[in-house]
Amino acid sequence: MMKKYSALTLFKEGLNNQKGWVPAWRTARPKSRYDVVVIGGGGHGLATAYYLAKNHGITNVALIEKGWIGGGNTGRNTSIVRSNYFYPESAQLYDLALRLYEGLSKDLNYNIMLSQRGMLHLAHSPAEMEIAARTVNAMQINGIDAELCDVEKVRSLVPDYNFSPNARYPVYGGVLQPRGGNARHDAVAWGYARAADNLGVDIIQNCEVQGFIIENGVCHGVKTSLGDIRADRTGMAVAGHSSVLGAMAGFRLPINSYALQACVSEPVKPSLDCVILSPATGTYVSQSDKGEMIIGGGLDRISSYGQRGNLPMLETVIAGLMEMFPSYRQLKLMRQWAGIVDVVPDSSPIIGESPLPGLFLNCGWGTGGFKAIPAGGTLLAHLLATGKHHDISRPFDLDRFTRGRMIDEGGASGIAH
Amino acid sequence: MQIFTCPFCGPRSETEFHFVGDFPKPRPDGMAKVSAEMWSDYLHNQNNPKGAASELWMHMACHEIFRMDRHTVTHEVTGSYALSSEAQS
Ligand SMILES: Cc1cc2nc3c(=O)[nH]c(=O)nc-3n(C[C@H](O)[C@H](O)[C@H](O)COP(=O)(O)OP(=O)(O)OC[C@H]3O[C@@H](n4cnc5c(N)ncnc54)[C@H](O)[C@@H]3O)c2cc1C
Ligand SMILES: [Zn+2]
Repeated sequence: MMKKYSALTLFKEGLNNQKGWVPAWRTARPKSRYDVVVIGGGGHGLATAYYLAKNHGITNVALIEKGWIGGGNTGRNTSIVRSNYFYPESAQLYDLALRLYEGLSKDLNYNIMLSQRGMLHLAHSPAEMEIAARTVNAMQINGIDAELCDVEKVRSLVPDYNFSPNARYPVYGGVLQPRGGNARHDAVAWGYARAADNLGVDIIQNCEVQGFIIENGVCHGVKTSLGDIRADRTGMAVAGHSSVLGAMAGFRLPINSYALQACVSEPVKPSLDCVILSPATGTYVSQSDKGEMIIGGGLDRISSYGQRGNLPMLETVIAGLMEMFPSYRQLKLMRQWAGIVDVVPDSSPIIGESPLPGLFLNCGWGTGGFKAIPAGGTLLAHLLATGKHHDISRPFDLDRFTRGRMIDEGGASGIAH
Repeated sequence: MQIFTCPFCGPRSETEFHFVGDFPKPRPDGMAKVSAEMWSDYLHNQNNPKGAASELWMHMACHEIFRMDRHTVTHEVTGSYALSSEAQS
């Protein structure tokens, strides 16, 4: 049985020299068959395993990760959560995720450090202000909290911003989603892992999927570096490696893999109390609870599986930051890294059965799937348990590319994080 | 900053180049006979290999589209070819 975490256990362990803590999940060896195998130990895969057990009572589940859980994009992102999308389909999807995030620390008995400090998307011209008003209208019609801010409101939210009269990108206002903010990314992975393990899910790390068991044109499990594992249904949530697994299963996807970079500064005193994004510079920044400035921007220009990032985009992002916050020139950069993200033409995820029957997809989150983890897990679990779409995942099926019914959030809501 | 070689202009900065898609990528023939699945495959699906890749790129300075072979993990470029000579070979 899982040891419950609480302020009291923390206090007691303090008196006990921290000797009573036990591993948060078991080290499982794979069995030869399961009801469901989930490939990929990022947030989406772990959440899928948890909701299979919690919502559908399916506990004979293996979660297979080639490295360590959370070692992919889930542990590399800038941890921003929000649901300020344009189309109703996206609003339903991302707000389901945000609502689940709002109750997640309690649900998992694991502090994911959700901080709803607000997400501010700037507008730099009168024309952009008109689009901002349209976005706010769309969000409010979709039932999402949204405020149109004038320049005075922006000044009160981010006093250190560059409001100088000769700023290259003057501020006219912006869109604020007060419920947006940050959550601790590692805690999301570890919290789901611990809760899934507690319900009986086997979490198998250092186990690479190298092929699929295909019989009569149907997927019956996976071939791994630790042997064959059979399953009635298989789900995959492997982000930037979706095309690689697709090739093993015999299909192509509308995905290109790109490196997306981020970096953090040295920690400083609290001075930035929201997440702020400037579409003109392409840079966004927030301050972590430790005090570091977490800085991100757009994709590298060259499709890639090299988990490093190239210098031209880093330079663009940092130049943008200098323009937005001239006082940040004094900060030292501590770390820079990249993750390989799965970019789809309409910047919306793919959720649904793959061209190989029995294999189900959760991918295409591109630059912005951390915020969606609780919803992605709920929806893939629903598909794996019932074989059918949840109403919210239906529009995101792979068939939208053949039907021509794209959900183009790339155009509608700008760069997505 | 990486240097790519345009077959027409020579070695130039990576920022001058734009990724176009897979090479080869033949357009399906005969409008009426092409199914929605085939159009969708042509328009949207990508090989997106991890490792050796053959791709179409545009050099935005001269606007020529050419073939570049490279490794998608190491980013090593093994060749750039003009499409006309490619088509003849
Ligand atoms: C720098 C950066 C900043 C970002 N910022 C944000 C942000 O602020 N907000 C936001 O919402 N999103 C953000 N994102 C996007 C977000 O991180 C991803 O969309 C999300 O984490 C995807 O989760 P996932 O579980 O699908 O993938 P991942 O966490 O990448 O997990 C996939 C897992 O699959 C495993 N795997 C791959 N191949 C195999 C195999 N053959 N066998 C077994 N396992 C395999 C990998 O090892 C990996 O652990 C950012 C991404 C990056 C890189
Ligand atoms: Zn050229």
